Amino acid sequence: MGTLWFWIVASMLAAYVVLDGFDLGVGIVYLFVTKSEQDRRLALRAIGPVWDGNEVWLLAAGGTLFFSFPLVYASAFSGFYLPIMMVLWLFMLRGISIELRSHSHEALLHTLFDGLFSLSSTLLAIFFGAALANVVRGVPIGPDNYFFLPLWTDWRTGPHPGILDWYTITGAVLALVALAFHGSLYLALKTEGELAQRALTLARKLWPAVLVVTLLSIPATVLARPDSLQNYRTHPMAFLAPLLVLASLAILPSAIRKRASRRAFLSSCLYLAAMLAGAAAGLFPVLLPSAGNEGRDLTIARALAGSHTLRIGLVWWSLGISLALLYFGVVYWLFRGKVSRHAEGYGH
Amino acid sequence: MDILTLHRIHFAFTITYHYLFPQLTMGLALLIVVLKTLALKTGQERYAVSTRFWAKIFAINFLLGVVTGIPMEFQFGTNWSEFSRRTGGVIGMPVAMEGIFSFFLESAFLGLFLFGEKRLSPKAHWASAFLVFIGSWLSGFFIIVANAWMQHPVAYQLQPNGVFEVSSFWALMFNPWAWIEYAHNMSGAVITGAFVMSAVGALYLLQGRDVEYGRTFLKLGVIAGLISCATQIFPTGDLHGKYLAKHQPVSIAAMEGLFHSEKGAAMVVLGQPDFEHQKIDNPLAVNKVLSFLIYGTFSAEVQGLDQFPQDQWPTTLPLLFYSYHIMAGLGTYFVALMSLAGLLLWRGNLYTSRWILWPILLSFPLPYIANTAGWMCAEIGRQPWVVYGLIRTSEGYSTHIGSGTSLFTLLGFLGMYSVLSILWIVLVYNFIQTGPKAPDHETSETSGQSITAV
Repeated sequence: MGTLWFWIVASMLAAYVVLDGFDLGVGIVYLFVTKSEQDRRLALRAIGPVWDGNEVWLLAAGGTLFFSFPLVYASAFSGFYLPIMMVLWLFMLRGISIELRSHSHEALLHTLFDGLFSLSSTLLAIFFGAALANVVRGVPIGPDNYFFLPLWTDWRTGPHPGILDWYTITGAVLALVALAFHGSLYLALKTEGELAQRALTLARKLWPAVLVVTLLSIPATVLARPDSLQNYRTHPMAFLAPLLVLASLAILPSAIRKRASRRAFLSSCLYLAAMLAGAAAGLFPVLLPSAGNEGRDLTIARALAGSHTLRIGLVWWSLGISLALLYFGVVYWLFRGKVSRHAEGYGH
Repeated sequence: MDILTLHRIHFAFTITYHYLFPQLTMGLALLIVVLKTLALKTGQERYAVSTRFWAKIFAINFLLGVVTGIPMEFQFGTNWSEFSRRTGGVIGMPVAMEGIFSFFLESAFLGLFLFGEKRLSPKAHWASAFLVFIGSWLSGFFIIVANAWMQHPVAYQLQPNGVFEVSSFWALMFNPWAWIEYAHNMSGAVITGAFVMSAVGALYLLQGRDVEYGRTFLKLGVIAGLISCATQIFPTGDLHGKYLAKHQPVSIAAMEGLFHSEKGAAMVVLGQPDFEHQKIDNPLAVNKVLSFLIYGTFSAEVQGLDQFPQDQWPTTLPLLFYSYHIMAGLGTYFVALMSLAGLLLWRGNLYTSRWILWPILLSFPLPYIANTAGWMCAEIGRQPWVVYGLIRTSEGYSTHIGSGTSLFTLLGFLGMYSVLSILWIVLVYNFIQTGPKAPDHETSETSGQSITAV
């Protein structure tokens, strides 16, 4: 039961990264690929009807973690107090800048909201990368299962890490380039004309960066937390995840060259999902590893809610998530195709 | 300021501010479904135009509800980690269900509702409005199930490590407290929606502009307001009071300012509680009414605060007393105002009676105050417990967060929310000034049209 819930939470987070990842990515590359007011409106319309729904995956994953592993929710959220609060503020800035831009008529205000949208999207990608790297590296969990991380200490991993150290910064850079790449491919898929062309060109330039940082992240992870190889030794099946990462990266250059934007975007989705699967496979059965002290890892067994609670949860979770997938199917189907330059709303 | 107080203010401020938005969202969602239904049934253009007008205000209000709501879900863990650890197995369930059953529904269909009018058939567009309404009301339900468990814990098992688990899903969902609280709360949300809609209608009529729409808004607002103000007091408020008297007698004694048990207890309408000397200053009281309201007879004995040990009294008693009196006082005023307006509507001279249009216009902030005061009654009245009778508030907060850190983020929220308030006011003012019959360029893609799905 615990294993199942571990993978449920992990896949909800993966869904969040793949889906909200592309609209955050659009925000990161927004100022680089758009040259005119028309481009900018087009780029925003490409994410308009979906970004809020994508964000819900994070909330749903958070809620699911709260009820299936209350101890991890309590410990991690209070321990990562400061970065979480900053993420909340960034979400606010991002949400209002997207919405308010469409209600303002002033070019000056458009510039302001464009800047805010791009800045908050970029910072969110950096925060999420650093957050994931913090979870992989481990945190100094105390005897009472709690911890509190300062934003930085001596920039080193080890028994007294901060939110930011060399390893989590690597994670942040990885998230930034991977999501910028993902967002460019989404724009190439959903828009047309020069904007799509520029997005594709940017993606082609970003690909080597994604490859290099991805390859660097593997030895970095082993250095930051040697235990993460344990599962790979005992369960060679886990190597499927890094293989998929490499395979999806390998498909990309030819897809980009042939302007097969759908194939390119789907490969990028696969890349992100496989990266997260690889990280989760390295962690399992730990949800939050302890840095420094042995035996304080927050494992599935220690953090799991009661079995009756979880059995009930499985019933409504399956029902609810099927409905959610249905809604997503309807929305994405209605929003299929490229966003046109002339028509409104759903692009037709 | 001690750390517990800071965490409490942190949560109180962010939740109070957040709930300014959902109450209008939930109230308007219902009224928009009514407008959309009228548009579909009658085929009259004015209902379709009215729906589009309110959808714009709804969208911006919804967005602010979302961005101020995300912090709420995270704050259980960030500021109240010990409470979360112990109760996640129970209240984590409705919180997760809210995300999975209502947020996905709302976010998907709000996009269709806002952008899809041209693409969807009229019935499918109506259905998207209806599903947004269902989503927002479901969201309210799950949150109230979580809150009701904190007010009146049922269906739980305490594990040896201090953690609570659900013993029966249906008993948790059918916690009687949750249904009474839900009915009272949703009726309160409809009051906010109805007062805002009537106020815009009254404004247009007073200004002599968009008269056709002013009348539509005022009529719908007054009818919805009349019904919701009545149900707010009876049966939902009445039932809530009786339930409170049965299960949290100390809270009701504090709300009423009843220091000493009394047979045929009087209801204090106005006054200032003097807790140092345990009496009410300058009381304006009606004899025996309190006994009647709670027990249905004028002679019943109502337990006063003296019946309970001091360490079980709600903290910040005067604030609780005032919250309750503000809520009840405003509720009474709402019934009077809406009854009068309803009478004039029935007699056919509401639209020309400027003397009533003025108070209708000026009253739109009051339901916000009443709803906030009502929630303050619930939350302050529950003190000193975070889960009534089981976990004290002082046992629930995150001990690892320093008071400086908590104050830092509280100030951050204060700043951020000041900006949000200004933006909301400017935007909604602009929508109202532009009016329902926005010229074409306002709704075309060049401007005015909401780009996002939220």
